[in-house]
Amino acid sequence: MSTDATLSFEEAMEKYDPVLGFEVHVELNTKSKMFSSAPNVFGDEPNTNVNEVDLGMPGVLPVVNRVAIESSIKIGLALNCKIAESCTFARKQYFYPDTPKNFQTSQYEDPIAYDGYLDIELSDGTIFRVEIERAHMEEDAGKLTHMGGAAGRIQGADFSLVDYNRSGVPLVEIVTKPIEGAGSRAPELAKAYVAAVREIVKNLGVSDAKMERGNVRCDANVSLRPHGRERFGIRSETKNVNSLRAVEHAVRYEIQRHAAVLDAGNPIIQETRHWHEDTRTTTSGRPKSDADDYRYFPEPDLVPIVASREWVEELRATLPEPPAARRKRLQSDWGYSDLEFRDVVNAGVMDEIEETIAAGATATVARKWWMGEIVGRAKNADVDPGQLGVQPATIVELNRMVEDGKINNKMATEVLDGVLAGEGTPAEIVEKRGLAVVSDDGPLLEAIDAALAAQPDVADKIRAGKLQAIGAIVGGVMKATRGQADAGRVKELILSKLGVEG
Amino acid sequence: MTDTNELIRLSAAQLAGMLAAGEVTSVEVTQAYLDRIAAVDGGERGVNAFLHVNTEEALAVAAEVDAIRAAGGAAAEELHVLAGVPIAVKDLIVTIGQPTTAGSKILEGWHSPYDATVVKRLRAAKMPILGKTNLDEFAMGSSTEHSAYGPTRNPWDLDRIPGGSGGGSAAAVAAFEAPLALGTDTGGSIRQPGAVTGTVGVKPTYGGVSRYGAIAMASSLDQIGPVSRTVLDSALLHQVIGGHDPFDSTSLPDPLADLVAAARVGNVEGMRIGIIKELHGEGYQAGVENRFNESLELLKQAGAEIVEVSCPNFQYALGAYYLIMPSEASSNLAKFDGVRYGLRVLPKDGPMTIERVMGATRAAGFGDEVKRRIILGTYALSAGYYDAYYGSAQKVRTLVQRDFEAAFAQADVLISPTAPTTAFKLGEKLNDPLAMYLNDVATIPANLAGVPGLTLPGGLADEDGLPVGIQLLAPAREDARLYRVGAVLESLLEAQWGGPLLDKAPALVETLVAAKEAK
Repeated sequence: MSTDATLSFEEAMEKYDPVLGFEVHVELNTKSKMFSSAPNVFGDEPNTNVNEVDLGMPGVLPVVNRVAIESSIKIGLALNCKIAESCTFARKQYFYPDTPKNFQTSQYEDPIAYDGYLDIELSDGTIFRVEIERAHMEEDAGKLTHMGGAAGRIQGADFSLVDYNRSGVPLVEIVTKPIEGAGSRAPELAKAYVAAVREIVKNLGVSDAKMERGNVRCDANVSLRPHGRERFGIRSETKNVNSLRAVEHAVRYEIQRHAAVLDAGNPIIQETRHWHEDTRTTTSGRPKSDADDYRYFPEPDLVPIVASREWVEELRATLPEPPAARRKRLQSDWGYSDLEFRDVVNAGVMDEIEETIAAGATATVARKWWMGEIVGRAKNADVDPGQLGVQPATIVELNRMVEDGKINNKMATEVLDGVLAGEGTPAEIVEKRGLAVVSDDGPLLEAIDAALAAQPDVADKIRAGKLQAIGAIVGGVMKATRGQADAGRVKELILSKLGVEG
Repeated sequence: MTDTNELIRLSAAQLAGMLAAGEVTSVEVTQAYLDRIAAVDGGERGVNAFLHVNTEEALAVAAEVDAIRAAGGAAAEELHVLAGVPIAVKDLIVTIGQPTTAGSKILEGWHSPYDATVVKRLRAAKMPILGKTNLDEFAMGSSTEHSAYGPTRNPWDLDRIPGGSGGGSAAAVAAFEAPLALGTDTGGSIRQPGAVTGTVGVKPTYGGVSRYGAIAMASSLDQIGPVSRTVLDSALLHQVIGGHDPFDSTSLPDPLADLVAAARVGNVEGMRIGIIKELHGEGYQAGVENRFNESLELLKQAGAEIVEVSCPNFQYALGAYYLIMPSEASSNLAKFDGVRYGLRVLPKDGPMTIERVMGATRAAGFGDEVKRRIILGTYALSAGYYDAYYGSAQKVRTLVQRDFEAAFAQADVLISPTAPTTAFKLGEKLNDPLAMYLNDVATIPANLAGVPGLTLPGGLADEDGLPVGIQLLAPAREDARLYRVGAVLESLLEAQWGGPLLDKAPALVETLVAAKEAK
């Protein structure tokens, strides 16, 4: 694998203006497939969730899944799209063994939803409007596994296995119009856009929306043009960028790579690119021209889908609260400041905080744990906070232990580590690690006396009313008790010992 | 029990009556047909209507029906009117328990894991399936010479074609190897073979019979329909296979009309029957034209009003058809790639890539006519050509539909010869695709417009003594009219002939024995 030259992002931005475009594929969580009655289930034994239709047996015909149509209309409405009164399917033809009929049944000229937009909130609160070109229905392909070659690639493989369980799973492909004007915020916008789409489909309940399972997949188009030029540059299309972080990184990388190519006076090749999470780079895929000939023609086995206005309005009435409105409501319910709330959103823990509050924690406690403890740990582990494995109930239990004075905050974080290491429930870990707040005042008073004696000048300051100096004494006590003292109680005892009102 | 030679010449309706009355058993009937198949179908000069004979299962179903009837009671009462009446199925229609080849090497030995909807309905009616009938590969042809398994011969003259693509089904019925058969009709594949073999065949309204399980050639044109020796028999079979099917999105939701009743009504008084100006005369064999005119005269005498209608756009129908059909076929046949089922051919040398395996499989598995249409269709759908070819053809299709609408404003039923000529010799047009395509000139408009069509024997041509077909066309969803008019014309013609036209066909067994002795 050759390594492409890149410019620094800053230099690339100085010289060029990026234009983005996204194709996001959303797998719908319908019970059965788009055109057959076979179950739509992830992760089963290969080639078990298939029937003659999914295998493209001779003589089979497709029948459209009504729920998939409803889900598609809901997605269209949530993206502020117009819903076609009548639309058709078409055949996109190409020979590939993961496509059993050697054509994909898709929509071409008349998508079910078109001309929409999505307002994306960036980390500083800026709202950026992304125009949606269309959202159309299609079927997923099977999954190929290449055997014998290096790293599961088709190059050098001895043979390939194909699993048709995914074949025929309903997809909605959401295509943006070219996104101009994002400037240096392009990578951030990319991530925020995909996050917003994921949030919407999850909120609608039409997709499981798990990127790691491929429920939401993103193809990111990037092109650069010199500042001030209207005509778009040649684009590359990075396929299947399947995490939010990867979307941001891929866009950033492609901007830097394009800039280096252009800077060297070379043309960009219009092609697909493969994203590599390990190196955070892309490599060349296949050339892709606008003239790729899929020989589309109207699917003769299906009649047009007619979406009456009554039906569309019925579906609109069932739509849940939109994520942006939900955010507003949650911020006000939780009483977070704008900055606090934005941090929560940017850290990607809003849902988790909501669940934690639902499990019994206060908004302050939930935020303290997620923002103060878990986000940092997730960053170190290089995963999304939600994926770290912390259950809302764990946080509620930890907090109750602290409030009951069984453990202190420092111990609680230690217990959290234990939970993450799989050592058991918080109670079990407290027991196993012998963590318990020393609540007998006797040993504490001894430690306090020793600490005050060791730092007489500090004791004087406290007596003089400089209460903030108390930290040094508390620190000494905690050190002496190996952290097992309840810091709140220590404080109280110090103040009473010195005869100062707290 | 009736003599088996008489038994096999009875109509399905007659057999059904005898079965219900206990005058004959289904096993006797089924065995008689199996014996007939054994006598006339095989061998160098045999009819070759069957690609597979389903002896065991057919007899088992027959025995089951006999047992139910013998036991009497509610189960016997509930038996379908055609229960125990055997049937042959075109080998384009998938069946569990028998191979389905579509007449192609690429599916040799393939067994479907599911039944076509029409086959399910045959099974529900407990009709013994005698076997699978020969056809042009993937139903592409007008002579059955494009079958990968050898041509079917016309029982009227074994050196002539039985029509196509459903030559096997038509010949099986004409040779008394089956009382009924299923066909498929994309551009005339039921009606043209019916015409040249002196049998009856119906292409129902598009959407009237489920296509689920019929291996698609051109999805927007294909229809499954009945093949028989009488109009009433086709109505009986149509009644079994017709009606809505949730597995076919293009299937009409309407309840099926009482077609059998229509076939029994027999009255054309006051009906307006329209001659299509563009579908007779020039280009039609004189003997065909004569028989056609006789039929018109008979209908007139029976009280029908004969009017002339013009369908000016029909002249473009053949051209449009030969763009739309191959376009859809090129797509429908893409799935035959050796990956999941059927033939798989590995390239002789060079790298073993999936593209090369697919290429080698398709090169070896498809015959020339299939390749010709795939290439034509692929070209017609290509970027830059789509509008000029496929797009224009769709416009013609709309114009043809409008012609029909205008014609049906003036006439209740339209009439024409089914095919421009009688059966030609085997091999005569094999190397002239355009001449072959012209056989369908009168049948294609109905497929483009989705309207139903029926062919029935109109007599023998003066020049060659071979059968001539008369085609009736009705507006979409008015299939019943075809049966009503068809039954009347059939009875008038048979009265003239003194019996069914097939009585005039040469005795096949004797012909075959003589041919063997001569050799």
